[in-house]
Amino acid sequence: MVRLITQNLLSCPSKVCAYPTNFPLSFRNVERLEMVEAEFNPGFVRGFLRKLEWDALRKSAGELGNTDLPEQAPDYTKPDEVSEELLRTIHHVLLEIVVQDGQMVCPQCEHVFQIKDSIPNMLLAEHEIRK
Amino acid sequence: MSGNRPEHIAPPEVFYNATEAHKYSNNSRIQNIQAEMTYRCLELLDLPPSDEDEDIARPSYLLDIGAGSGLSGEILTEEGHEWVGMDVSGGMLEVALEREVEGDLFLADIGQGIPFRAGAFDGAISVSVLQWLCNADSTSHSPAQRLLRFFTDLFGCLSKGSRAVFQFYPESDEQVTFIMNYATKAGFGGGLCVDYPNSSKKKKFYLILFAGQPAVGAKPQVVPQGLGVEGSDRVAYEKKRERTKTRSGKRKNVKDVDWILKKKELYRARGKADVPRDSKYTARSRKARF
Repeated sequence: MVRLITQNLLSCPSKVCAYPTNFPLSFRNVERLEMVEAEFNPGFVRGFLRKLEWDALRKSAGELGNTDLPEQAPDYTKPDEVSEELLRTIHHVLLEIVVQDGQMVCPQCEHVFQIKDSIPNMLLAEHEIRK
Repeated sequence: MSGNRPEHIAPPEVFYNATEAHKYSNNSRIQNIQAEMTYRCLELLDLPPSDEDEDIARPSYLLDIGAGSGLSGEILTEEGHEWVGMDVSGGMLEVALEREVEGDLFLADIGQGIPFRAGAFDGAISVSVLQWLCNADSTSHSPAQRLLRFFTDLFGCLSKGSRAVFQFYPESDEQVTFIMNYATKAGFGGGLCVDYPNSSKKKKFYLILFAGQPAVGAKPQVVPQGLGVEGSDRVAYEKKRERTKTRSGKRKNVKDVDWILKKKELYRARGKADVPRDSKYTARSRKARF
């Protein structure tokens, strides 16, 4: 499954790329999108806020047709003050949207990672592997 | 598994083809062993307790290295964790899809590196995978380079103070040293934890790696003691078996009560099933029938 929770942490592994320019991988040619239901766990989402790159998350969610996230990132240093409504929105964006078939493209080296049956192929060619 | 090691037969993506992957995932004996080892890995991972209940681990975001058909992942889901699985075998991942596991799966070669941002995971587990990295499956493969790349990336994508636990089947002591060496080079602390070291069947190796020490105030990371080990893990020198002669010149029977109790204790330590309990009848002398 490719969910945004994972895509937000994923960067291109090729040797010509480096963080932050190899991030986020953008979605392209998404042919099949699925909505699944996941159990809402406010504690987990609160704890996860500090790991998120908000702008990247908004951009990727937009590519998948979801524009529910506010422009202003929630303050992860005060996770208890984030409203439950916002947490539910984040929960939905992170865990309930699944890309089944499509592509992820590195913004730097433009390597295309094919997603087939919800599994992305992250294997690199010999010349892309770091020494 | 010491007889013929699968990693000597073919590379993982070739060895675990569709048939082999099904065989592996439908074998109830393998399933049980895998489940047992996954629970042990989780225990060794020592995740912080959740806010509500001290006894339940906080729901975390974990990496399953060599997730395969998702046998270990299912347990992670059961325990309330979100997880990401990486595996190089397409056949295994297909089985995982059939089983509808809930983690995010990736077709990736861990020897090529781990493509995640710094501090992404709260921990990593891996069941029966590490030994595969010690093989060079093509001319361009260098186990040393692959191990170093793997450990370096893993160190990067684990959050500070978290752990990675690997259950693996090392071929030899040298292999353990070899692996440990690269983990140390990548910045990991930690060591080996051996469960049931006295039993050749139940003996299991767990490599526990610490991605840095936790924040101030928390208890420092220590490699836990393996199961089935009593007191010290050092071999006690046993007294030479005494065979004293009695006055009549006959030898004393060596297999007396103490000897039998000692043997039973040893079997229990090895985790052998059905060791009879000790009672007043243990090793009683019997009538001479003939």
